[in-house]
Parts: sequence; C-alpha cells; structure tokens
Amino acid sequence: MRHPFRELFCRMSALLAAGLVLTTVLQGQAPEIAFDSSADFLKLPDGIYFGEVAGIATNSKGHAFVYARGGTTLASTGGSRTFTSGGSRLFEFDQTGKFLRELALGMYGLLFAEGVRVDAQDNIWLVDRGSNLVIKLNSEGRVSMVLGRKPEAAPAPGRGGGGGTGRGGVPGAGVAGDNFNGPTDIAWDTTGNIFVSDGYGNARIAKFDRNGAFIKSWGQKGKEAGQFDTPHSIALDASNNVYVADPGNRRIQVFDTDGNFKSLISNIGAPRAICISPQPPQFLFSSNSNDPAGYEDGEIYKLELDGKLVGRFGRAGTKIKQFGTVNAIDCRRPNELHVGELINWRVQKLTLR
Amino acid sequence: MNKTSRFDLSVLLLLLGESPALPQSVQAKAQNVPEIPFESVPGLLKLPPTLHLGEAVGVATNSKGNIFVFTRSGETHLFEFQPNGTFVREIGRGLYGFLFAHAVRIDPQDNIWVVDEGTNMVIKFDPRGRVMMLIGRRPEPSEAPSEASAQPAPYRFNRPTDVAWDAAGNIFISDGYGNSRVAKYNKDGEFIKSIGSRGTAPAQFNTPHAIAVDSRGTVYVADRNNFRIQVFDNDLNYKTMYDQVGAPWAICISQGSHQYLYSSNSGSTNNEFVARFYTGEIYKMELDGTILGRFGKSGKQLGEFGSVHELDCRNPQEVLAGEITTWRVQKLLLNSKAGSVKVAR
Repeated sequence: MRHPFRELFCRMSALLAAGLVLTTVLQGQAPEIAFDSSADFLKLPDGIYFGEVAGIATNSKGHAFVYARGGTTLASTGGSRTFTSGGSRLFEFDQTGKFLRELALGMYGLLFAEGVRVDAQDNIWLVDRGSNLVIKLNSEGRVSMVLGRKPEAAPAPGRGGGGGTGRGGVPGAGVAGDNFNGPTDIAWDTTGNIFVSDGYGNARIAKFDRNGAFIKSWGQKGKEAGQFDTPHSIALDASNNVYVADPGNRRIQVFDTDGNFKSLISNIGAPRAICISPQPPQFLFSSNSNDPAGYEDGEIYKLELDGKLVGRFGRAGTKIKQFGTVNAIDCRRPNELHVGELINWRVQKLTLR
Repeated sequence: MNKTSRFDLSVLLLLLGESPALPQSVQAKAQNVPEIPFESVPGLLKLPPTLHLGEAVGVATNSKGNIFVFTRSGETHLFEFQPNGTFVREIGRGLYGFLFAHAVRIDPQDNIWVVDEGTNMVIKFDPRGRVMMLIGRRPEPSEAPSEASAQPAPYRFNRPTDVAWDAAGNIFISDGYGNSRVAKYNKDGEFIKSIGSRGTAPAQFNTPHAIAVDSRGTVYVADRNNFRIQVFDNDLNYKTMYDQVGAPWAICISQGSHQYLYSSNSGSTNNEFVARFYTGEIYKMELDGTILGRFGKSGKQLGEFGSVHELDCRNPQEVLAGEITTWRVQKLLLNSKAGSVKVAR
C-alpha cells in the first residue's frame, strides 16, 4: 500500500517539476530589452578612483551619488584593541556627469560601503556594512541622523573585548533592536518611516519612525515566508508595499508596511539589487547579479509590481553593456538606469529602448 | 512626552508578541523627580565642509565660553569653537596621542586636557594648543596587550576615562575600563596615590567613567556600572555614595559660589532598545546628593539624548552635552525657576 503522504509527495514533485519547466519557459520568453550604455558618463578627476561601486543613487536634480569601496583603510593599535578608519568614499556628480565634490570626507564609519539612497527630500543615506551604520546626510552633506553604532574597535588578535560591538545574539537570529549586523540597504514609506535590510549578519528587516526611533523588526534566517537568507536590497512602492530582495532564497518577498507577508516574486534568479521607479506606472527592476567569483548570469529584469515580467537585459562580463556584480540600481527614470558594479569598479548609465 | 513614550513601549511589546522582563535595574531609583524645563539650541556647532563630528564623546568650555569638542571621527579630532558655535581651529591634528577620544576638560588656567582611551594617555595642552604635559604612555605596537591589574603601575593607564583638578592643581584621573581605580598626581604630574579595584564594595569600581572635584577638594567618581556616584575626600578616603540616579555616564560640577552636580543616566549604546525608554535623563543635584530635578530622555531629536558621554556645566543654567550615538553636541538652556524645587530622596 502506498503511503498517502508519499503519493502526495510524488504529485507535488510532479507539479513542482511542471512548474519549473513552466518558469524556465517563462524566463526564456521574457523579451530582451534593447539598451545602450555609457560607462564613462560619470567623469572622475585625475587621481580619484572609485574602487568597488557598492551604491549609486540620484537626487531630484539628477545629481548622482556614488558610495564606493575605495581610499585607504587605516588600522591603528591601542593597548588591547585595533581601531579602523577609512576604506569607503562618497562622490557627487551633477546631471551631466561632471564631478562636483567628495562628501563625508574623513567621516566616522565609512569603512565598507554597501549602499546609498536618496529620499524624497533629497537627503542622502549611506549604508555601511563594515561599521554597521546608516548615516543620513542632508543635501549639504552634513549628518542629520545616525542609526546603529560602529563597533568601537576590533580586538587584538587572540583576544576578546573589542567593545561596543553594536550587535547582539547569534548571526541569523534576526535580533530585534536598533543596532545592525551587516546592513545592506534602506528605503522609506510615504510617511517617512525607515526600513533597513539587515543583512549579512542579522537576516531581518528593521522599521524606524521618521525620527529614527525603532518601531519593530521582522524575519530571521530561513527559507519560509517572512524568513531571509541575506536580505540584500529593499524598496517600497507608492502603496507602501515593502519589497525585499532575498537572494539566498532566489526570490523577492513582498510585505505590507507592518511586515505582514503578502506574496513572492520568483523566477528572477538571485536578486542582489532592486529598485522601484517612483512615477506611475511603477516598475520593479531586479538584478540577478553574478557571483563575484565568475561571470554566470548577471541579467537585469524589469517587472510590473505584481511580479509580471516585462523583459530582461544584459549579462555578466567585463565589457560595456555587460555587468560585473551589480550591487545597486538607480531607476528614478525607468528608461535611464544607473547601475553600480562591484568587480568592474564602475557605474554604467543605461538607456533602455 | 512621557505619556507618549509609555504608549509607544506598550505597543512595541505587543508587536514583539512577548513581554521581556522590563530592565528595572537600569531605571534610576529616584521617583517623582520634578522635570526641569529646558530648550536645546538648534544648529549649535558649524564646521567647515570638510570636517565632521563623529561620536561627540568629549565637550568642555573655557573661561571665555569657547567650546572644545573631542570626537571619534574618521580619526580622533579636537576642535575649538566660539561660544556661538563658529569654528575656530583644530588642535593636535595627527597627534601621536590621539586614537580613540574619551574626554576633554579645561582647567582654571584654560589649559586643555584630553583623555584618550585608545592610546591610554592624558594630554595637557596650553591655551595656544601646544603640548605641555603628558601622563601615561602610548603602548608600543609590539607590546603585549595591557592586562587589568590589581596593582596598576602609577603612570600606566588601561583605557582611562576622565580627568579633574582640585584648587591646588592636583590631578585626579579615573582609570577606567581596564583598570578600576582613581589616581591622584600633583600639579607637575607626579604620582601621589591610587585607590580602587574592581568590585561593588565602597571604594571599588566597575567602570569609573567620569570624575569631578568641587571647590573644597571633594572628589566625585561616576561608578557607571555600579549605578552610583562615589564621593571621596581629597586624600581619596571614601565618604559616601549617591545611588538614586541610575548609571552615571557623565558627571559635572558647576562653578560659582553655589555649586551643583549634574549626572547623566545615559541610554545604552548597545542593542537595548527597551531599556532606552527608562534612561537618558540628566539629573541636577546639590553636592550633598539632594536631587533638584531632571530633564530630557533618550532619542535622536533635538532635546533628546543619544547616549550623553560628557557634560559641561561651567554655567549651571547652560549645560553642554556631548552625545555618542547621535554624533552631536547640544547646548541646553535650563529654566532656573524649576531647578529650585527640592525633593526629598
């Protein structure tokens, strides 16, 4: 006699297999979107280099902000601890690509860039994975809010006691609270509430009010709905749905503004960077970025907010119109994207046709 | 405002779906303390475009009202501002003793003293900004990491925290995170004596985090992780303790004929977001420990405090607070009337 569960399992497997075939077909059917690219739109002065471009975002004037892993990291030893500084830089360009200035020069906590986003009031928000900080700068480049805290120091080799680690609990536990562990990205709802994907260590989404007071947090490491495997990017639509790129689980999860799970978007590979264009009709862009160890995949998808595929473009590689681990997409104008690449150390400005 | 806080907390606990034990231990014992109305001056400090405050752990004023800020920025920096917040200069850029700022204080002759927790040094600058005297030595890079010791060497600190002086110019140093002692030196920096070890008994310490001396030479030590201020005579004999005002992260004694003691029960910098609902306030006291009032609470907005780390109260109605997690210095203008209400402990 066949075990009923086993039968169920077989049927489900068959359904899943059919589904896989179907999605493969669907993915194959996603039309290629023709596009052009400029890899030297942003013009750096002689003597200034990007390094890995972790973040790229534009403001309402079209100025581009690039948060990149570059510059010199310093480590100085004290009595029993090692203090680190430097390692990431923030640049501003005007709408024609002309270099304007370096911002946040010598600022505390610019250690290992992970993202930059510009809010509706043109404030510039940095997400630093090395210092576990989210730093809000006004459009003049002055600090107006700080979320989280930089670990004070690294312990000397073989000794504990780094102090002020700004963390808590085991990795992946989704520890609640207003300190981060490897944060990746930031977004806001229409009332200014702040959402942080957190991240490499913590596997949760943290919500703060507009003044930076912690409200709540959801998720932990796992495969179930509402769980994450490295939540790496976050975006909200005009209806305040929260889209979380969950690349380890090869999906985008959609939540309401209180963190209640609503739906999944899959068949888009491992989404490392997502972006929602602000003007209606809104589109969702998602990059199936290549692993930095090779040049597999790398294509970017354009979707409607319900997950319906509009098309795809690009693939991994070193040439123009190819992508080297896209870590950030700016889609303020949905047919004029900026993409920041880690392993190609550059920003490409893409024009979709 | 307090009502709002409590409401937020109950919602928060509801959302968490659990009832974590409320951290009563961090809540100050003092109850029914009158609130002192105050205002915070917006946009106080104006830095040049290429300079930024990081964690503003140290703040002090000199006799002219100029403001000195010792900050953990990309590197540790010491900045000077005019009383209105206009930037004057940076002092000690690239100094060998600057690594991880902890405190700055100005003595009666307007010399500038900084305590660096990373290099284990106390550095005295003259008012011009030239190095005048050093106590402690930065460990050589190849040196074995310093161990906490029951008998700390007279001139070696282990993550020192603060400095103060009596009227004769004797120097008192709280030391600190690694050692658990208070050390006394004469005005020339010669060691006189040292007291304390790690523990909870009187004259023992768990992170002596700040120190202040009144005009009679009495020494007040903020024994932060023991939730008390310990009071010693000028020879460092234990006298009494004040344990009603939470964890004293920062203390300060005002100048003038009637001196006041301020103490900040600062919110944690760790992930203790529930505890922050019960902390963050600053107390105003008489030197005998009588609590006169309290003001402020944890938060990131103007007039709220992001883990206050040092207080300046040269003028008791105009308190400067340097904050860790909000990377700023606030100037707090206190209402003098409310401050005169006395409440029995």
